[in-house]
Amino acid sequence: MKNLSPLDLRLLNEFQHHFPLVPEPYRAMAERLGVAEEELLNRLQSLQNKGIISRVGAVLRTGQVGVSTLAAMQVPHEALEQVAALVNRFPEVNHNYERDNAINLWFVLTAESQRRLHAVIEQIESESGFAVFMMPMIKPFHIDLGFPLH
Amino acid sequence: MSSLLINPREERLLTEIQGGLPLVSRPFQQIGARIGLTEEDVLLLLGDLQQRGVIKRMGVIVRHHELGYRANAMVVWDMPDELVEEYGHKLIRHGMITLCYQRARVLPHWPYNLYCMIHGKARQEVLQMVHAVIHCCAIDRFPHQVLFSLRRFKQRGAYYFSEALPEWQNGAAEQRIVSP
Repeated sequence: MKNLSPLDLRLLNEFQHHFPLVPEPYRAMAERLGVAEEELLNRLQSLQNKGIISRVGAVLRTGQVGVSTLAAMQVPHEALEQVAALVNRFPEVNHNYERDNAINLWFVLTAESQRRLHAVIEQIESESGFAVFMMPMIKPFHIDLGFPLH
Repeated sequence: MSSLLINPREERLLTEIQGGLPLVSRPFQQIGARIGLTEEDVLLLLGDLQQRGVIKRMGVIVRHHELGYRANAMVVWDMPDELVEEYGHKLIRHGMITLCYQRARVLPHWPYNLYCMIHGKARQEVLQMVHAVIHCCAIDRFPHQVLFSLRRFKQRGAYYFSEALPEWQNGAAEQRIVSP
C-alpha cells in the first residue's frame, strides 16, 4: 500500500458511507477526525490527485437509475489491446479488465436507457468484428458498504 | 425504464454530482447554484434519494487498485436457478466476498448464473480465499470457473447520465494500461 498517514486511513475507512448531509459536511468530518476543515480538504484533494480516491460523491443503486450490464468478449490475444481501447472510448464503460479465460475481456456498461446500452454494444460489435455477450444482473446478494482497508 | 423512479429535478441533481462533490466549504450550495436549487433543496433531495435507496451510499469513493488491492478474482457457478437464492445468501456470509450477484446466462457460450468478486493484495492470497469459498457450503458440487484479472484497462465510477461528462474522462489518463 502507498504511504498513507493514520489520518488518511481513518478518512478512507470511516467516510466511505454516511457522508454528512449538512451545509458544511467537510467541517463535520474534520471535527470527527480532530483536524481543521482546511487540512481535511487538502488531504482529500491530495488523495484525489494521487488517484487513491476517484471522488467524494454518491454511488447509485444498480437498477434504480439508468441501466447497466456486465459484458464480455472473446478476443484473440494479438487484438486485445486494440479492442480494449475501442471499448474504453465509450463513456458508458466504467470497468474493463482482461481475465484469464477464453472469454477474456470483461467490462461494465452503464447508460441512461436500454436503447443507448444496445446502441453502444452494437457499435462495439460492428467496429471490432467480435460478439459482445451481456450478463445483466438479475439479483444482488450483497449490500455495498465500501471497501475495508487494513 | 427505471429512470421513472426519479423526477427531472432529481435527475439534474444526480447528473451534476456524478463526477463528485466539489471540495469546498459549502459543496451543496455550489452544486445548487449551478442548477437553480437552494442549498437546503439539495440537502433535502439527497436525503430523500438516499432514503428511497436510489443512492446506495455517499462518501469517499476509493480506487482499490491504487491502494494495493491489485488481485481480483471473479468466481462463477452454474446451478439450477431455483437454488441461486439459497447459495447467494450462503456466499455473502463469507466476509471475503465484495460483491455477489445472480446474472443472466448466455447460452450456449456461458452457462453461469451466480457470480462473486474477491479482492486481495496478491494473487496467492486471493487464491486461498477462492478455495475457502469454493469448498464452503457444498457449493463445489456445481460447475464453476475462477477468472483472475490480468490487465486493468479502465476503472472508474459509473456515469448514468451522458451530459456533463468532465473533460478528463475522454482523455488518455483513463485509457492507461496497468499490469497487475
